[in-house]
Amino acid sequence: MSNLLVEATNYLLNNFDTFVDLLREHLILVLVAQVGAIVVAVTAGILATRNERAKTWVLSSGNISQTVPPLAVIALVFPFVGIGFNSALLAMWVYALLPIITNTIAGIEDVDEGTIRAAEGMGMTDREILRQIQLPLAVPVIFAGIRTSTVMNVGTAYLAIFIGAGGLGDWVVTGIQLFNTPQILAGAIPGAVLAISLDTILGVAERNLNTQTTQSGGAVAEA
Amino acid sequence: MSQHAIEFENVRKEYGQTVALDGVSFSVEAGTTTVLVGPSGCGKTTTMKLVNRLEDPTDGAVRFEGEDVQNVEKTSLRRSIGYVIQDIGLFDHMTVAENVGTVPRLKGWDEDRIESRVDELLSLMDLPPDQYRENYPRELSGGQRQRVGVARALAADPDLMLMDEPFGALDPITRDNLQDEFLEIQEQINTTILFVTHDIDEALKMGDKIAIYDVGEVVQYDTPENILENPANEFVEDFIGSNRGLKKLQVLPVEDVMDTDGSLVGKSVSELARERPEFEAAAADGAGTPPYVTAGQSAETALSVLLESDCDDLPVVRDDSVVGTVTLKHLRHSNGPTREELTHE
Repeated sequence: MSNLLVEATNYLLNNFDTFVDLLREHLILVLVAQVGAIVVAVTAGILATRNERAKTWVLSSGNISQTVPPLAVIALVFPFVGIGFNSALLAMWVYALLPIITNTIAGIEDVDEGTIRAAEGMGMTDREILRQIQLPLAVPVIFAGIRTSTVMNVGTAYLAIFIGAGGLGDWVVTGIQLFNTPQILAGAIPGAVLAISLDTILGVAERNLNTQTTQSGGAVAEA
Repeated sequence: MSQHAIEFENVRKEYGQTVALDGVSFSVEAGTTTVLVGPSGCGKTTTMKLVNRLEDPTDGAVRFEGEDVQNVEKTSLRRSIGYVIQDIGLFDHMTVAENVGTVPRLKGWDEDRIESRVDELLSLMDLPPDQYRENYPRELSGGQRQRVGVARALAADPDLMLMDEPFGALDPITRDNLQDEFLEIQEQINTTILFVTHDIDEALKMGDKIAIYDVGEVVQYDTPENILENPANEFVEDFIGSNRGLKKLQVLPVEDVMDTDGSLVGKSVSELARERPEFEAAAADGAGTPPYVTAGQSAETALSVLLESDCDDLPVVRDDSVVGTVTLKHLRHSNGPTREELTHE
């Protein structure tokens, strides 16, 4: 085993330039898909909490998007957006939506009812309640959804190779075809490290954001 | 401004087929505390919510300072009325100061004014600002949280406070303390208060007037004394409970029943001990001072002190000087004859 790890490391170092390219492709796919998913899913989640019908609709589309395997999504969309980066991105974006949607809804709806009633009774408008009360209190839950979905998408991005969008999947798939275990490991292990790193970075970001919301509460007061 | 802070005129509220309130009519005088009391589901909370338009009446009118609340925009109406609820509803992501400053901020006060108002209210609620301003709600005890809740409701200096079972979730000792403190605060702020509770003792203690609810209607609206004296019907009698005599003593200031002619009148507390052997004994017992009550305390307290002491007549003291005495006989008769009749006995 340790022998294999040494071989994998050697493979990686010998092909370091390719590795950097693959890692960059992988990372860009994940980041762009995530940013797009966060924007759409948080908005959809907020809409869903304001309107029962929107909620049914948002949740069913979210569920469907999660049930269809990413490979199938790629197969379905490539006639329209062609082969390569865009198809992979679209598939990953679709796949990233649900965890963020469900957590946005849960985060907002789990805010203590008494808190909302107090805010309402004090004369806050629905918008003020959403912006000043519900969203800040939902941030930790929404962030948990973003972290789950990001880690999942680091894995999904391995499939991008099937549509020619590159990424670390290149080495894994080629490695499987050539029975080259060191190559498989050189592609797979950095992905795991990437997932853990992104999760950690988001965790730190969340803590900073939390102190910032409380500080910006004060900043609003100063405005 | 009309003399009545709030008027309910023939208010009816239906939820689908269910009639929650019917024919509710009464007026709340400015500057007084009116308590709505009754069993669960009787409509008392609904009545309160009609005032700040968390609910709208099916029929009839609710007027706040002479103006039908239906004609007032909801958010500005609510910002001019303080609101305290049982689950407090503090904003956990904001500091105590930010919580208290919520309504002033919504109203667009400048920061300096908000800050000084927050400090003023925290001091009033016995939460030293330097110590508590930057705390988060989860760092406070239940009693402290409710103090912050009350301070938050008072922040924009409302003419009216709505309090929905504000002390209901607190332990009995904390509740009792907060009730006492709030009664003191109320004298300083002179705000009209509408207070909902299911606890008749709290109602008798806090209310200048009490509206007793049976299902969906007000069965009696009167002062605590009159309600205890003349319950409107069997329901009210049951609701007050069996120890009506004691409850009357609770709402009766001892100065209303005392005898103002006794030989002790005019003496200071320190002189009392020299006056009679039983006082001397009590003072020597370790209490330091002979037993007495102050004029503002309730007749119930006087009864309790009387029962524990060896005296037949208990001095009533105001500003360190005896203003009267009270005996068991006075207390017994306080349930019936007036003070004049007593003093002629």
